[in-house]
Amino acid sequence: MTAMTATVNAAGLRRDAAAERRFFLSLSLPSLAVVGIGAILPLFWILQQSLTTARGDFTVVNYTALLTNGLTWRSLLVTLELSGGTLVCCLLLGIPLAFLLASTSPRTASRLMVLVLLPLWTSILVRTYGWLVLLRRDGLINDLLVGSGLVSEPVPLVYNFTGTLIGMVHYMLPIFVLPTYAAMRDIDGNVIRAAASMGASLWHCFRTVILPLAFGGIVSGSVIVFVYTLGFFITPAILGGGRISPIAIRIDRTLSTLQDWGGAAALGILLLLIVAILGVTTLGATRLIRSKPGAD
Amino acid sequence: MASPRIALEKVRKVYGRHVALDDVSVDVRPGEFLTLLGPSGSGKTTLLMAIAGFVRPEAGLIRIGDADVTRLPVNKRDIGIVFQNYALFPHMSVLSNVEYPLLLRRLPRAEARERAQAALARTQLEGYDARDIAALSGGQRQRVALARAVVFEPRVLLMDEPLSALDKNLREQMQFEIRKLQQDLAITTVYVTHDQREALTMSDRIAVMNAGRIEQLDAPQPIYQCPTSRFVADFMGESNILPAAFLEPLGSALPLDGTLVIRAENLSLEREAADGDGVAITGRVTAHAFRGETWHLRLEVEGERQLLLSIPSGKSFDPADIQIGQQLTAYAAARHIHRLDGGPEP
Repeated sequence: MTAMTATVNAAGLRRDAAAERRFFLSLSLPSLAVVGIGAILPLFWILQQSLTTARGDFTVVNYTALLTNGLTWRSLLVTLELSGGTLVCCLLLGIPLAFLLASTSPRTASRLMVLVLLPLWTSILVRTYGWLVLLRRDGLINDLLVGSGLVSEPVPLVYNFTGTLIGMVHYMLPIFVLPTYAAMRDIDGNVIRAAASMGASLWHCFRTVILPLAFGGIVSGSVIVFVYTLGFFITPAILGGGRISPIAIRIDRTLSTLQDWGGAAALGILLLLIVAILGVTTLGATRLIRSKPGAD
Repeated sequence: MASPRIALEKVRKVYGRHVALDDVSVDVRPGEFLTLLGPSGSGKTTLLMAIAGFVRPEAGLIRIGDADVTRLPVNKRDIGIVFQNYALFPHMSVLSNVEYPLLLRRLPRAEARERAQAALARTQLEGYDARDIAALSGGQRQRVALARAVVFEPRVLLMDEPLSALDKNLREQMQFEIRKLQQDLAITTVYVTHDQREALTMSDRIAVMNAGRIEQLDAPQPIYQCPTSRFVADFMGESNILPAAFLEPLGSALPLDGTLVIRAENLSLEREAADGDGVAITGRVTAHAFRGETWHLRLEVEGERQLLLSIPSGKSFDPADIQIGQQLTAYAAARHIHRLDGGPEP
């Protein structure tokens, strides 16, 4: 009796479930096609370019040339310095900003959010040239600094590392704040109130409750900032004034000046490898920290 | 150190045009379990949060013991709070949660651990130290929250509807456990709930709140039996509020005037001689329902008033005998008729 009732209409229901799965899979087909044709295939093409000579023979000469060239290492270092510097600035500026957004009323928060997101709605080229106007020798900031007597000589704020970093932080800050803010907003307000009722100061509560609970959002924000800035081109190209050459600029130069497709491709693969290594390391580290709940 | 009293004097809180607390004054006695009872929006939680320090009143004085804490920040008030949703730290183990206020007070680790474990034992949670909060049931979370709120021996304890998320059986069990813990610690406690039965079960005194004011403040029995206002009579379960004109006096020397309150369970369909003087009310049956421990009966009196009867299901009462539309007479003994003071006639 039970065996009979268990199989009533089972085949039909199974077919329905399978049809439903097929339908949802088919929805992802267009995006799979775009990623396949637009990202994965070109990647193989770049890999092939980096490993062949102009006549099409296999070679590793592009890589040996790259790794024995001091310029590569210098570019790599500048890239990491810029990405690391941007990340540190985003952490220092973004975490308090996200906390402020998360602790105000939803009304105020949405208004402040517009201000945070405003830079994202402006073209990066416009913003970067805007910084140029502000930061150059006779720019607004130096005018103020010299005019107020704080410094006697204009400070070199642009066409160098500082200027590039300022531009990059400005670009990345909203992108960092979004996931951090989302994580902080999701923290139950009563948990923070509970900590306060037990005698915790705001700082203590921030350290022991808010930061650990927002950890996931901060990590995603950090990964996005770091990985994104590894390939930054426009900002260092304009605000670096030719003195700052991270890998993206080196790739451009290798292509446009030297016409060296193999070398440029090898640089691209090198950048990809760095991202992959960083990604795996971060994932592993996050898992390790997550696996120890209550550690403070 | 004995738990101190909490004294509130003309505490006022306004949100825009809504008066959440309308000059509330109340004195919570040392070691007392006082419940703020009322519907949502009555101001009970606002009052609790003002005592805690999360709500800054527009005016008024809040004293704990002899100290004026009105302008003292939350983390200096030394208050244990149990929140409605427990508000446990989800990233810490059970033990870390309970140790938190102790380590905050720079107690040595070993002593903090010992005291936290003792508090967990008090709330029947021995052996749960290393558990994740996410792995606990609602009742267990409630117990952790309770242990955490009392472990640092706060001067007073505040609870904001701590049992509202639990199912009925567990809720009733926790009511007794919380009450026992409160009595063992002899800690002055202010408890917020909208559940009148919970308030009656647990409290030394109940403050029934409505529209930002305390309508009546008394021990559970007087609140239940002698409500002083229509609101309290209505809110404390099934009561009939009727003008005296609807009642037919039985016996002598029963002065009937004003507005009268008769609880649904004090009405019966048979007049018992032992009751002595009383009243009779006749009406037409409009509905009846079985509710487990009681039969529920609705009568329409003189075509306009609803009369509610709650008859114990153990009594000889057969609903098959009763038809909708049938005329019935309900009786109440004189001692069960309570006169409302003041208030307009309904």
